[in-house]
Amino acid sequence: MPIEILIVDDAPNIVLSLEFLMKKEGFSVRSVGDGDAALQEVEERKPDLVLLDVMIPKKNGYEVCEAIRADPRNQGVKIIMLTAKGREVEQEKGLALGADDYVTKPFATRELVLKVRGMLGLPTD
Amino acid sequence: MSWQWVVPLVSVLYLGLLFAVAYYADRRASMGRSLVNNPTIYTLSIAVYCTSWTYYGSVGRAAETGVGFLPIFLGPTLMAALWWFLLGKIIAISKANHITSIADFISSRYGKSPMLGRMVTLFVVIGIMPYIALQLKAVAVSLDVLVHRLDAGLAMKGPTAPWDDTALYVAMILALFSILFGTRHLDASERHEGMVTAIAFESIVKLGAFLLVGVFVTFGLFDGFGDLFARALADPQVRRLMTFDAMPGGYVSWFSMTLVAMMAVLFLPRQFQVLVVENVNPAHIRQAAWLFPLYLLAFNLFVLPIALAGRLIFAGQGMDPDTFVLTLPIHGDQVWLALLVYVGGLSAATSMVIVEAIAMSTMVSNDLILPLLLRFRAAFQEDLSGMILTIRRGIIIGLMLLGYLYFRLIGESHTLVSIGIISFAAVAQFAPAILIGIYWQGVSRRGAMGGLMAGFLVWSHTLLFASFAKSGWIAESVLTHGPWGISWLKPQALFGLTVFDPITHSVFWSLLANIGVLVLISLFDRQTAVEQIQALNFVNVFDKGARGGNEYLWSGFVSVADLKKLVSRFIGPVQAESDFANYLQHRLLKLDERTQAPAHLVAFAEKRLTGAIGSASARVMVSSVVKGEELDLHGVMRILDETSQVIEYSQRLELKSRQLEAATRQLQEANERLQELDRLKDEFISTVSHELRTPLTSIRAFSEILRDNEEMEPADRRRFTEIIIKEAERLTRLVNQILDLARIESGKMEWHVAQVDLVEIVRDAMDSTHQLFENKSVRLNYQAPDHPVLLQADRDKIMQVVINLLSNAVKFCAPETGVVEILGREGVDGVGVTVLDNGPGIPREDLEKVFEKFHQVHQARDETQGVPLGTGLGLTICQRIIDRHQGRIWVESELGRGAAFTFLLPRDLQIQ
Repeated sequence: MPIEILIVDDAPNIVLSLEFLMKKEGFSVRSVGDGDAALQEVEERKPDLVLLDVMIPKKNGYEVCEAIRADPRNQGVKIIMLTAKGREVEQEKGLALGADDYVTKPFATRELVLKVRGMLGLPTD
Repeated sequence: MSWQWVVPLVSVLYLGLLFAVAYYADRRASMGRSLVNNPTIYTLSIAVYCTSWTYYGSVGRAAETGVGFLPIFLGPTLMAALWWFLLGKIIAISKANHITSIADFISSRYGKSPMLGRMVTLFVVIGIMPYIALQLKAVAVSLDVLVHRLDAGLAMKGPTAPWDDTALYVAMILALFSILFGTRHLDASERHEGMVTAIAFESIVKLGAFLLVGVFVTFGLFDGFGDLFARALADPQVRRLMTFDAMPGGYVSWFSMTLVAMMAVLFLPRQFQVLVVENVNPAHIRQAAWLFPLYLLAFNLFVLPIALAGRLIFAGQGMDPDTFVLTLPIHGDQVWLALLVYVGGLSAATSMVIVEAIAMSTMVSNDLILPLLLRFRAAFQEDLSGMILTIRRGIIIGLMLLGYLYFRLIGESHTLVSIGIISFAAVAQFAPAILIGIYWQGVSRRGAMGGLMAGFLVWSHTLLFASFAKSGWIAESVLTHGPWGISWLKPQALFGLTVFDPITHSVFWSLLANIGVLVLISLFDRQTAVEQIQALNFVNVFDKGARGGNEYLWSGFVSVADLKKLVSRFIGPVQAESDFANYLQHRLLKLDERTQAPAHLVAFAEKRLTGAIGSASARVMVSSVVKGEELDLHGVMRILDETSQVIEYSQRLELKSRQLEAATRQLQEANERLQELDRLKDEFISTVSHELRTPLTSIRAFSEILRDNEEMEPADRRRFTEIIIKEAERLTRLVNQILDLARIESGKMEWHVAQVDLVEIVRDAMDSTHQLFENKSVRLNYQAPDHPVLLQADRDKIMQVVINLLSNAVKFCAPETGVVEILGREGVDGVGVTVLDNGPGIPREDLEKVFEKFHQVHQARDETQGVPLGTGLGLTICQRIIDRHQGRIWVESELGRGAAFTFLLPRDLQIQ
């Protein structure tokens, strides 16, 4: 069974680039543009990892993160927050709400791919 | 044994006994073992309030109005509760200023005004005359009743010649007695210890006698209270008295009677005398405040039983109820008891007359006679002290004769109570000037004078003349039709007010006029320097620091010898010498007789004289010997300066603190605004950084993808490169717009205003956006006037707005089917442009928001490229530009039916 990645972002070009990067690693990729769709997707498919943008419509990234962690069945779901804000406070907030790691935009693609692989326990060299 | 001789003999013997008591007390006082320095004696002396009016009259009133006699005692009881601070303050003021009468008190408070003193004295004489007449009547009637047994009680004697009239002899004996008691020393501020002791003694006698009659009537003539009240209840006529219905005027009348009684117990001249002038120690007030009401209670215990008994026993005999106290014992054959009752009544009357006469003689001599006398006599002549005493004695005789005259004129036709009430109402007129004056510094001399005048005018019209009219002394038509037939001037229905009984009516109008005039004049009046100082002294009597010192008032030249000479003229050389020596020794001063007297010594002399001849006269006298300016203006100005500086300083402080408060508030508001602005700025920055980061993220991601994937399909490669270019363009646009907006908002934008043609601008804008429409196959319809539409504006900026509106319109239109219309507008309200599209429209709730920064309705996206089309700043910039041109821009839209953006501009722009 291939590893499944969920991309949550409302900027289509960013989604496009993330999709390209994840597919190239051989992961199965799905993407949604808002918080509600993201939660529904997590509920239904239990992806292995979620790339979660903070500023998305309907529910923001923090709320989605909190909701995912509130359900014990989602224990295996890893979360990496994509934050447009470089401010420490925002990152702390993400981690405090249960995110496993964060990546600030604009991100370096290699670093992102390594973080994702590391998080999934895959070799990183 | 003939009663005709026994009764006068008993009277004279009793008066002799009184004199012995007084003499003994004076002896004790001169030996330094004062009897008067005792709260019980003080309280008993206050009971001089209970006169023969109480003694005979309250039974008479109870026999006619039932419990209607009570307010006369309720008032004082209420007032006693206020004594501890009110009386305390009045006493403190009087002691500090050597005040010896109520006239002196008022005159001193209002700048030592001689005029005001004269006025008050005159009013007191007129107002109290009925009261003295009342005592004469009571003694005379009781004497007649006793002498003629029951006969006199049945029918009053007709008018008799004065020399055959008992009342005249009573008046003369009382005058003699008052002279003996009251004018032995000159200084009226010296206490009359003998008199006070005698009064206290009389208070015991009258209460004792009255209680004895009560007990005799209740338990001798009847079988106790139960029997008496049972029989009274059985009699329908008498039963009425035990309800409130018998009281004329009902509750309102109760209120007004209680009110005047409250004032009377403080401000009747005799009450002021015993309460204030004769007070040895202000601490005595504490006991008096509960013991005096108790005394009154005891006195009133048997009033109703005696009245009821009289009505039951003398039913239908036409007996005068005012004589029940006397006639009931006679009816019961208790002749000795009757004699004792007579002595009690005599006590009540004599105590009142003596104190009243002494108090009034001080006033009349100090405020009426002396100023006249001093005016006609050269300043340094002789020892006036003897003459002043003679004057006072003459005044007492005169007052008694006046009382007698009133009695002859009015007395026969009125009951005791109705006469007394007239005096009470008169005295109540002093209350505003005194009570308001000792708490409100602002009451001015003219205010007090105006108030008193108005009050007395109304009082004399509504009560005094009414009483004259009732006794037929002036035409009775005055009562029924008003004076000169003017109906709204009817004494007992002024301005058509008929709901009150005559007393309430008079009290209401007179006090209303009094207080109203006092307050009104005072509000608009300016006080003189002396007035301000005295007002300060009175109001702040307990506050030593705030009192303007009297010594500042004098700073002319006078030698110590001249000053001493002046004082000795009024109090005698021996007394003056010892007073001055005492004063100087107390201050550890040694002064040569010929040196200039220091200001405080002049002030001392004035105070010493005030005790003897009243504050107004004392002032006149001192100013007559102090050479130079009577009032040193500099001195006065200095105190006033100091006072007003303090006032000003505190006002400034107050102002400062108010300003500080305001500043703090403003600061808080500014701070809140700043915080709000800061929050908005943060929000803006975070939005801007988000808006910038999003294209940057795409650009970086795709650039790295292109770098890391050289083997990529050429189609993908081209697609990704295209995205990078679009995002870079968007980034550029965004940066430009942010800079534009920042320049506009910070006022740094340069505006090039010139005459421009709006039609031309629209055409140019259409040319610039032509490609957009072609790309999306959207049709553009154009309607505009065929002539130039001229206005003052910045050409490039307006073009920017039009281009922005056009590109927005294309953005939201569907490809192929999209239609955009652009209309030129020209009207009275200005010129403008409307851009319509047939896109999806804007929800109602977003109409207001579309002009907000970064507000993007329906994030319009390029379907093929997935790039958000707007920056979210375009409309905001449009709005700023139109605002700057003093025009307005708005949008109209319905969901699904497109949107119409319109801006209107004035033709003549006044841009700075």
